[in-house]
Amino acid sequence: MAELDFKIDDSVDITDVVCPTTFVKAKVALEELDDGQILSVRMNDGEPVQNVPRSIKEEGHQILKLIKNADGTYTLYVKKVGD
Amino acid sequence: MAVDYALLKKGGFMRQKQKNNFSLRLRVVGGNLTATQLATIAGVAEKYGDGHVHLTSRQSVEIPFIKLEQIDEVKAALSKGNVEPGVCGPRVRTVTACQGAAICPSGCIDTYALAKELDDRYFARELPHKFKFGITGCQNNCLKAEENDLGIKGGIQVKWREAECIGCGVCEKACRSGAITIIDGKITVDDGKCNFCGRCVKSCPTEAWDTVHGYIVSFGGLFGNSINKGEAIIPFIENKEKLMAVCDAAIEFFAENAKPSERFKFTLDRVGRDKFTEKILEAYNG
Repeated sequence: MAELDFKIDDSVDITDVVCPTTFVKAKVALEELDDGQILSVRMNDGEPVQNVPRSIKEEGHQILKLIKNADGTYTLYVKKVGD
Repeated sequence: MAVDYALLKKGGFMRQKQKNNFSLRLRVVGGNLTATQLATIAGVAEKYGDGHVHLTSRQSVEIPFIKLEQIDEVKAALSKGNVEPGVCGPRVRTVTACQGAAICPSGCIDTYALAKELDDRYFARELPHKFKFGITGCQNNCLKAEENDLGIKGGIQVKWREAECIGCGVCEKACRSGAITIIDGKITVDDGKCNFCGRCVKSCPTEAWDTVHGYIVSFGGLFGNSINKGEAIIPFIENKEKLMAVCDAAIEFFAENAKPSERFKFTLDRVGRDKFTEKILEAYNG
């Protein structure tokens, strides 16, 4: 796994839900954070990894990195922008 | 006095089963109407029709049960609210469009502005048979571009900007056609696989792409008695001037070559796609 040059403040797992709840669950987790804090979001391959990063970008947050995990899921690191 | 049904049809009045009753088709561009236009239409339907309107399959509105003897009165009432009759018969029909980039996050082009432009340029132009334009903003194809005689689909041509890229890897997964590969932090786009959907651009957190917003144009679509999917000749048209030149060439080809009551697809089949391709490439290359 690539090394990360940032500290993760909170994590959310959205592999147990389907669209559109995937994005909603990530959005709710981001709402709990302060501006500048970093959230890791674990998601399934396919539709979630195709669409959730873009939806988070459209909400105005900063995407930092997408990592493929050994179990086939993906982890997206997002910096919260705004309160 | 004998009724000239062809003339009425040209003016958007469709004969109904019920004698002396007409369903009046209205001019709608790109599926948009103002609230004032809607209120005017509602008023006319109440006063001159039977109080209902029909939304057509191609984004128009028809007011049924208009009486023959009240046609002029109805037209005057509509024009006060900035509503015009539409057309039927052998001519350029309603230009349909999805909401496009002005409203929809997925849109790659301003479909409504383009629909207005095409409507101004071609609406009601007399041709050997009906001719339908449809504009959809992206590969989601909500407006079903390929079922039109001339379909336009918005797209984005991309080129990676290395300096802006943070190597997050989102674009590779956002791409649904497998056109993006990332090796040692370098992105390559396979032009043979890219379908111009723009998902890489829309998902990119740092706008690390040079983009050209353009058009994928298909010809000869039909979705009535015969069904045919319109086909593109040029993979991607990169600006409006070239798009208009191509549209002009397609309409001219249809006007010059079609037999009366022959849809574009059948003209292309009969006269030859190679001849048409030649004309389109000539227009495209200016």
